[in-house]
This record gives sequence, C-alpha cells and structure tokens, in this order.
Amino acid sequence: MGIPTSANAADTVVAVSDLTRVYGHRRAADGVSFAVGRGEIYGIIGPNGSGKTTSIECVQGLRVPTSGTIRVLGLDPATQRGALRHRIGSQLQESALPDRLRVWEALDLFATLSPKSRDWRGLARDWGLWESRSTAFADLSGGQRQRLFVALALVNEPEVVSLDEMTTGLDPSARHAAWELVGEVRDRGATVVLVTHFMDEAEALCDRIAVFRDGRVLAIDTPAGLVQRFAGESTVQFTHEGDVPWLSACEGVSAVHRSGTHFAVRGEGPLLAHVAAALVAHGIAPLDLSVERPTLEQAYLRISEMEDRTP
Amino acid sequence: MKPLRTLAWVEMKLFLREPLALVFAFAFPFFMLFVLLGVFGNEREVTDPEEAAIWRNVGPADYYVSTYVGLVMSAAGVITLPLRLAGYREAGVLRRYRAAGVPLGVVLGSQVAVAMGMAMVAAAGIVVVSTALYDSVLPENWPLVLAGVAIGLATFACIGIFLGAVLPTARAVQGAGLAIFFVMMMVSGSGPPDGALTSQMRSFAATLPLTHVNHLVQDAWLGHGWALGHALVALAFAALTALLALRWFRWE
Repeated sequence: MGIPTSANAADTVVAVSDLTRVYGHRRAADGVSFAVGRGEIYGIIGPNGSGKTTSIECVQGLRVPTSGTIRVLGLDPATQRGALRHRIGSQLQESALPDRLRVWEALDLFATLSPKSRDWRGLARDWGLWESRSTAFADLSGGQRQRLFVALALVNEPEVVSLDEMTTGLDPSARHAAWELVGEVRDRGATVVLVTHFMDEAEALCDRIAVFRDGRVLAIDTPAGLVQRFAGESTVQFTHEGDVPWLSACEGVSAVHRSGTHFAVRGEGPLLAHVAAALVAHGIAPLDLSVERPTLEQAYLRISEMEDRTP
Repeated sequence: MKPLRTLAWVEMKLFLREPLALVFAFAFPFFMLFVLLGVFGNEREVTDPEEAAIWRNVGPADYYVSTYVGLVMSAAGVITLPLRLAGYREAGVLRRYRAAGVPLGVVLGSQVAVAMGMAMVAAAGIVVVSTALYDSVLPENWPLVLAGVAIGLATFACIGIFLGAVLPTARAVQGAGLAIFFVMMMVSGSGPPDGALTSQMRSFAATLPLTHVNHLVQDAWLGHGWALGHALVALAFAALTALLALRWFRWE
C-alpha cells in the first residue's frame, strides 16, 4: 500500500520503528512504524483491539516493546523515562485518581511534580473545570473526569503530548471546545499524538493520520490524502431543464446520471471546479449546484475492506 | 524532595478523609487499650510469682503500653499501607502516577510516610492515654525505645509494601491483611501476654514480625536493654520483604 512513515528526519520527535508487542500468543502490535514531526497533530485511528493503545503506551513508556525501537525526543521511553518525564504529557484511555482527591488538588499536585509547569488555574478555566475545582474525583461526571485527565497531561507544558480517546464521554459542544484547545496546545509549540475512533475528530484536528488494524499500520497520510487515495469518487449534483451531453467528456468525470431534471455527476479530483466551469461555459448557472465529497470514514472503511480482501 | 513532600501532604489529607483507615489507625487500638486495661488495670503488687512473671514483674498497663505501640505499627504495615497500594493499583491510580512520571520511590515514600506517620500519632496518643488513665510507665531508656520503634517502622513499612506488591486487589488485602493482623495481635504480645501462651503458641509467634518488634520495644521500655536477637530478626523480615517487594511490585 506504500506507507509513508517518516516526518522530516531532523524534525522528528516521535519515531517508532518495527514495534512489536506480544501478549502470550497475541501480537497486539506487529511491526508498527510511524514518525511524528515537531508541531504535528498526528492521529492514530483504528477499531478496538487494533494496537493503537498498545503502541501509544509503548511511546509513553508504560509498556516495554517485545522488539523494535522507539525514540521520543531522541530518548528511549522504556529506559530513559526519568529524562523524558518532564517533557511529555500523557492522557490515558484508562486510569483514575484517588476518589477523595479534589480537582484543584490533582492539578496542583501534578503541577508541583514538574519544575516548569504552567499555572493550573488557567488550565482549569480553559478546560471548564474551574467551577468544579473543589469537587472530589469520585463525584465528577465522565466528561469532567476526561477533561481533568487532559488538563493533567498538559500541566507540565509538555513538548509531546499523547491523548488517548480524549473526547470519549464528552457532549458535542465539549468535544468541539476540546478540539479548539488541542489546536491551541499545538500553537503553543507542542506535538500532539491523538488516538481516536472518531473520524470527524481525526479529520478536523490531524495533520496526518495512521490507520491501524490487527496490530499493523495499513496507511499513513494526511486526511485529504487518505480520502483521495481510498474514499472513491465525489458527486456533483444540480438541477437543469435541458440535456448536458458534453459533461461526460469533462476532466475528472466518470459518469453522469440523470433523473428527470436532477443530474448527478461522479468523478475524481477537483470535480466541482471542472463541472462548474463547464456549466458556466455553456451558459448554465444552476442555483443548487453542490458537491458531496467522500469522507475520512469512507476512506477508513475502504482501507479496512481492502485489508479484509487481502489473502 | 519536593515531589515527595507534596505527594505525602496530599496523601495525608486523603488518609484523613478515609473512614476505614482512620478506624484502624486510631479508634481500634484505643478501643483495645480501654478493654484490656479496663479488665487488667495496672496492679503491680502481685503476690503470685508465676502471675508476676507473666506480666514481666510490672503492671498490665506497663506491659501493654509498648506492645500497643507495636500494634499500631503493625496495623499500618499489614492493613493501611497495602490497602492503599493495592487499591490504587486496582483503580488505575498507580498507572496515572506512572504516566505522570512520578518515581516509584516518591509513590512508596509518600505512602510509607503517611501510614507510619499516622501510626506514630496514634502511638503517642496511646502512651498519653495509658499514662494518664492507667499510670503506665514511660520508657526507661528513650534512645533504645526510639531505635526499636525505628526498626519496627522500617519492618512494617517493608512488609506493607510487600503485601501491597503481591496482593492484587484491595479485597485481597482486606482478607489477608486483617487475618495477619488479628493473628499477630493474639499471639505476639499485644493480646494475651507472651508468658501466658503455650510453648507451641510461642513457637508459632516467633515466626511473626510483631512478636520480635514487641520484644524489642518492650525490653527497652522496661529497662531490660537491647534485644539484639529480636532486632536482627525484625531487620531480616524488613530486608526479605523489601527484596521480594522490589521483585514483584507492579504498577498495574
């Protein structure tokens, strides 16, 4: 499938090469390779059990690879955690805090653990935790816990932050607010590795995405690149009273379907631009001209289907 | 040192918000003290030489005050400390601390500081209450008593970390830790006096760490000097359990 795994070598802050992690007879990660460039928001998507969390936990230094090499900021997270611990931030898919620990105490504690932490009060306000700062962890809602864990991952001003299922449990408005904040984290200079199974989240946030399946990386590209390579054709639709036989010869068009006055034009590339130009050139300017572009979700499903068909 | 101080301070506040921990650290030892000294008092003029020997020729309150210092240390070691460690592991708190890069020594050190610090507060309370209400004696040899207590703290800290390392869940600690605690309480000198036990019971008691800590502290307290053998056995318990804990400790 031709997997481009490398960011610019000089600017690579996370480099994973041929990572394998075996549990008993199960290979949770099986030859995983990818590289994350400085300042990127790098997405990892895939179904449950595809090796996303295992791989990211190896990057975080929480698990030791069975084989392969990992470098984060040039250091091995398995053996050099001490040197890395103030430079990375981790939000885990599964973790907890003591039930009776209050929100402000958790933020204050984690801020104290690192010598270059930011003021936790601003972080609490950013992540909507200020009002609940005196609430015990056990009394927080799922969404509040999730936001607290993200805030804890950011309190030490990490150079690299990994967020595993960051928005699980958040309502739609909180999810979108979280996306904006992650963008701001990157704007402050951090590199973000984002594990998610929300395609809209990956498409909205990530500069590049690695698609995982069965412990392996099936594809790496930008969201637009994945869509272009795997999602299939776009469809341009409009209404017109007359016939448009010349449209089939238009660049990028593969098929034209007519149903009464409704036309559906399928094709690849900048289809809308080509179709619109041709229509205008023939004196036609439909008011309802629209394009339905393939989504990352369709690309993801297509990649999975291709893998299913691989013997 | 700052991370250790900060985490220990937070953990102390959490300890004080935990009812079960407070009961075992404070309420239970005082309850036992009131019951036993309410029954036996502190009669020092005993005519029967056999009975006097059982109480090491001092009053029951004099006898028990040092063994209750041992008892609160053992409660911290076999209940409080492993309960917190196993519960944290089970809930994912240790995993969260590890992901934040909190060193193992800071996690364990903060838990030991809180559990043993609270045990010392309870022990001081027991000495004050026992002295005020039952006229029990204060230590004959303060330096030796403090040295014995230090060895007791180290021993039960290591045992606590060991139990917290090998017992997978808080429920397992509640079962195993409570069983160990009550067995030690009954045969190690904090319940029936050592001299009242059968020889078989004494042989069994010799396999338990509280027996040696109690002898060590009580000998110094009553002016019988330094019980070197008991000190060495207690330190051996500490060394062995520390090694095993390091070998088997798991963050998750």
